[in-house]
Amino acid sequence: MENFQGVGVSPGRIIGSVRQMPHPISEPPRDEKLAGATTAEDAVAALRAASKLVHAELKSRAETASGAAKDVLEATALMAADPMLIKGAVKIINTGTSAERAIWEAGASVAEMLHNLGGYMAERATDVLDVRARIVASLRGVAAPGIPASDTPFVLIADDLAPADTATLDPAKVLALVTSGGGPQSHTAIIARSLGLPAVVAAHGVTSLPDGASVFVDGASGLVATNPDAAQVDAVAAWAKTASALSQFDGNCRTADGHLVPLLANVGGAAEAVTAAAAGAQGVGLLRTEFCFLDRETEPSIDEQVAEYRGVFDAFPGRKVVVRTLDAGADKPLPFLTDSSEPNPALGIRGYRTDLTSPGVLERQLEAIALAAAVSDADVWVMAPMIATPDEAEHFAGLCAAAGLTTPGVMVEVPSAALTAETILAPVKFASLGTNDLTQYTMAADRQLGPLAALNNPWQPAVLRLVHLTVAGSTAEAATRGDDAAKPVGVCGEAAADPALAVVLVGLGVSTLSMTSRSLSAVATVLATITLVEAQSLASLALSAPNAIEARNRVRARLPILDQLGL
Amino acid sequence: MFERNAIIASSAGLHARPAAIFAEAAGAIDIEVTIALASDAAEDAMDASSILSLMSLGAGPGEVVVLRAEGPGAEAALASLALILETDHDAA
Repeated sequence: MENFQGVGVSPGRIIGSVRQMPHPISEPPRDEKLAGATTAEDAVAALRAASKLVHAELKSRAETASGAAKDVLEATALMAADPMLIKGAVKIINTGTSAERAIWEAGASVAEMLHNLGGYMAERATDVLDVRARIVASLRGVAAPGIPASDTPFVLIADDLAPADTATLDPAKVLALVTSGGGPQSHTAIIARSLGLPAVVAAHGVTSLPDGASVFVDGASGLVATNPDAAQVDAVAAWAKTASALSQFDGNCRTADGHLVPLLANVGGAAEAVTAAAAGAQGVGLLRTEFCFLDRETEPSIDEQVAEYRGVFDAFPGRKVVVRTLDAGADKPLPFLTDSSEPNPALGIRGYRTDLTSPGVLERQLEAIALAAAVSDADVWVMAPMIATPDEAEHFAGLCAAAGLTTPGVMVEVPSAALTAETILAPVKFASLGTNDLTQYTMAADRQLGPLAALNNPWQPAVLRLVHLTVAGSTAEAATRGDDAAKPVGVCGEAAADPALAVVLVGLGVSTLSMTSRSLSAVATVLATITLVEAQSLASLALSAPNAIEARNRVRARLPILDQLGL
Repeated sequence: MFERNAIIASSAGLHARPAAIFAEAAGAIDIEVTIALASDAAEDAMDASSILSLMSLGAGPGEVVVLRAEGPGAEAALASLALILETDHDAA
């Protein structure tokens, strides 16, 4: 038996067989010529055969896919055998270049052409590059890049997963995700939690495990073990029972002493809202409105937006739905709003700031939200992402008032907003902490960089202090007004979905927690076992820890229920 | 040489899905068919069975394209291909 210790990011205990994610295809050397006795005719024939194979493979995958994925796979399959692409490569082979290098260059020029067309076509450039890598893999006789195809479910092991990989991940085929890199906020972690798959990140050494090896994965403790023993087999069976008990949340979250902590859901559209309502969510704490805007070259009309928002509002009659206005930029570029050539997109025109460069889009969105709110029974709150100053908060509140929206709020993601929470909260009615971005900005560590994963951890005491300061700012703001009721401060980042961290957040004074609907029950179950005073003492323990790992370990040691349940 | 005009009906233009349907149909026909924007010269016409050519054409909704082919069966082939372009594949 060999053990690998990583960081558990999505609970669950399973035993399964390993499949390694193939390595990305490296670029064939710039001056790679036809090898030895290979003639140009041989190379062209090999290229055509590889192109046909890739075409057939993608086409058969398209047949088993559905919806948008099927359309994309069908189009990608045609690209693999595209006469324009192949002719371009044949021309290059005829100058004495290897087939691998030729298809690489031909693919690059087609991708560049699509990229220059902008918008939707520019996004398809990625598909051409994917096809090119598959053809090169076939020519080299190595595994195609991307998630391996398999008839039986497996434990997927990778260095790290990119958004493009996770988009093609079939939750019916993947039992668990294990990566040697990444951190608690990496894409792997986020996708695993939303799919309810056990996941372990930062488990060094796992990429050397052979395909087919049997492993035990514990997505809570972070253990990955080969040749599972009897105790681990039992743990898997116990988890299966816990998982079914934890699959339903009764829609009523309170601490052991009866302190109410409404649990809300993060959703990105009507379908997810319906799922969340069925899972018992007490409202929506974060409606990501990007879903109406992504994959579009122009702004959606007000009518289109109204219809989309209504679909979400109607899933929660009489409940709170917090709408986040458009959060474009950085990792979510939009051709009509953001400039992808910014040197520092995370510090650039993103979130609320797009109102500076493209005024009007936000006002029209608020108008659409107000129209949808007027014809639905949901209690609609609206918040702006990336607010950094009280002036911005005041301006946003003014736009909301002009649209007839009565509950404006701000997201606290930029450390300046946490530090000035008292003044920022004055013109608005609530704040919601976006812990993913707050962590990235507090630690100055890009969320998407694997090597910085340890910094990018919401357990960092510095991040917890900013959460604490935001709550304290709200209390101080209420005192200034002579009001007992402080404006609510919620959390809608990944942090809220971690049951141990949820306890700390409640102890810090956070009033609501919003998360992927899969995590509602686990968080409610753990919160029900502690009193508010106990949560407060666990919060102090985390705040005074010297580092993120220690903060997490100290709190988990005081919450034995986590180990009992396998959370 | 037969020529046939067609108006792009798909509301998002000749993008991936309509282009895939059209390229596949054009590829299944034995004769070579070309496609060009009505505003472009005939010598700039591209291979109609190439999805990448179709996408690079950038034909938007309502734009007129010209299909060209030679030989026996060309006229019927162009008629069936034009019908594909004049169907809105984005309609739900």
